[in-house]
Amino acid sequence: MSVETIGGIDVELNEEGFLLDPSKWNEAMAVELARREGIDPLNDQQWKVVHFMRAEYEAKGAGPSVRVLGKTSGVTIKELYQLFPKGPAKLAAKIAGIPKPRGCI
Amino acid sequence: MHRIVILGAGTGGTLVANRLRKVFFPDEASIICVDQDDRHVYQPGLLFVPFGLSDTEEIVRPRGRQIHDHIDYRNTTVLRVDVAEQRVFLTDDVELDYDVLIVATGCVLAPEETEGLTGPGWMEKVFTFYMPEGAAALAEKLSSFNGGRLVVNVVEMPIKCPVAPLEFCFLADWYLTERGIRDQVQMTYVTPLDAAFTKPVAAKHLGGMLKERGIELVTEFNTSEVDGEGGRLISYDERVIDFDLAVVIPVHNGASYVTASPGLGDALGFVLTDPHTLQSLSSPNVFALGDATDLPVSKAGSVTDFEGEILVQNVCDFLAGKPLSASYDGHTNCFIETGFSKAMLIDFSYDVEPLSGHYPSAVGFSLLKESHLNHLGKLMFQWIYWHSLLPGRNIPGIHSDMPLAGKQGLTNQQKEEVLR
Repeated sequence: MSVETIGGIDVELNEEGFLLDPSKWNEAMAVELARREGIDPLNDQQWKVVHFMRAEYEAKGAGPSVRVLGKTSGVTIKELYQLFPKGPAKLAAKIAGIPKPRGCI
Repeated sequence: MHRIVILGAGTGGTLVANRLRKVFFPDEASIICVDQDDRHVYQPGLLFVPFGLSDTEEIVRPRGRQIHDHIDYRNTTVLRVDVAEQRVFLTDDVELDYDVLIVATGCVLAPEETEGLTGPGWMEKVFTFYMPEGAAALAEKLSSFNGGRLVVNVVEMPIKCPVAPLEFCFLADWYLTERGIRDQVQMTYVTPLDAAFTKPVAAKHLGGMLKERGIELVTEFNTSEVDGEGGRLISYDERVIDFDLAVVIPVHNGASYVTASPGLGDALGFVLTDPHTLQSLSSPNVFALGDATDLPVSKAGSVTDFEGEILVQNVCDFLAGKPLSASYDGHTNCFIETGFSKAMLIDFSYDVEPLSGHYPSAVGFSLLKESHLNHLGKLMFQWIYWHSLLPGRNIPGIHSDMPLAGKQGLTNQQKEEVLR
């Protein structure tokens, strides 16, 4: 766990870089979190996914998996991988400031 | 008279129907149980079919015969549920009104959702042992397999019995060794997870066991396409894995009527369920258990059995107008077949991950460790399933709450709980 200043606010991140308190998130923070992952700047489609992840998290308490994202976000899975290479659900969750999607078991 | 309708006559539907029938006299409650076919598959047995250790006839029995007297069992298809009207719509314009509805329709395989999976090469070079026909076809293929690249791929979670694909690897290692061709087979386990399994302690053990057996582990591989003809698995991030024989576990969805019933399920058709009371989030008189739920637990028979005990208590409380008294803790246990007549056992819950030690108490089956006794436990379970679990009898020493006694590496707080 570490404390860092992102988007002008002091926040706690876990060892994988996920925000510990999703309520502290703001759009400026998303821009900075995306830059750290090599996405600079976020384009419209990427923002669309980030906002969708936030909304899902706020409604259901958990971020969606890639397959659910592909079925419900209006962005296909192939596009999601172009927008967020190496794992859209995980990366978009990190930028959206919500917990890593749980690996259902 | 209470009207109870149960959708699904698999593990969950059957054991709950039989348990409820013991609680209520026929003049106190009517129990209707619906399923679309009459083939009850002992699903843990599917794992053994590809290696000639079991066959499909041995593991399939008529559903109706597992269901006790005074339960109205119907072979028909569910079209949708209207939760607000408390009504189930079946084919041929049949409608069922209920006071309590129990959803136990499990999940369905959706191989057609992965590009190419059911295309050229399906059931020739690409198989799944998650259904009886696939397991039988794979048995035939494996018996004449003379070497090459064998790939086992989980397309995406959730799947039924998340340890089964690993068990398949361990058994294949044993089987190919027995056939004297293990050194001619290159084995690879390909998973979308970031380790061999989800729970960290068990993932480390299981990952180590793959390594010991010379099975390569490829993680974070999200399959976008299976090219059966060319023998290639392709991921969304454009990695390619070549194979001569692929064993693929397709994506799973909930039953299709769930998606057609507003409010009942999520985007994949799994029923939105309270993790403790097992009530559907759509309505307090709808309950769900087993593979049909969206709960963060394994889709496994042990889970369904533990949930069944809780669910029956809560249905009784609900019908009596009392607060629900039973709460599910996420208790799961699985025997993991590891080959060469040995098996391992893991036991865990929502809050406690799989630990080493013994189950169900300080004496018993060893946890997270291979033993012959565990293997016998796994084989014995088939008898228990038909004769004790489905009829709804309590299995001595086995309870729905996860036991802490016998487990090593507990936190102080957990130890206090054991002593209490």
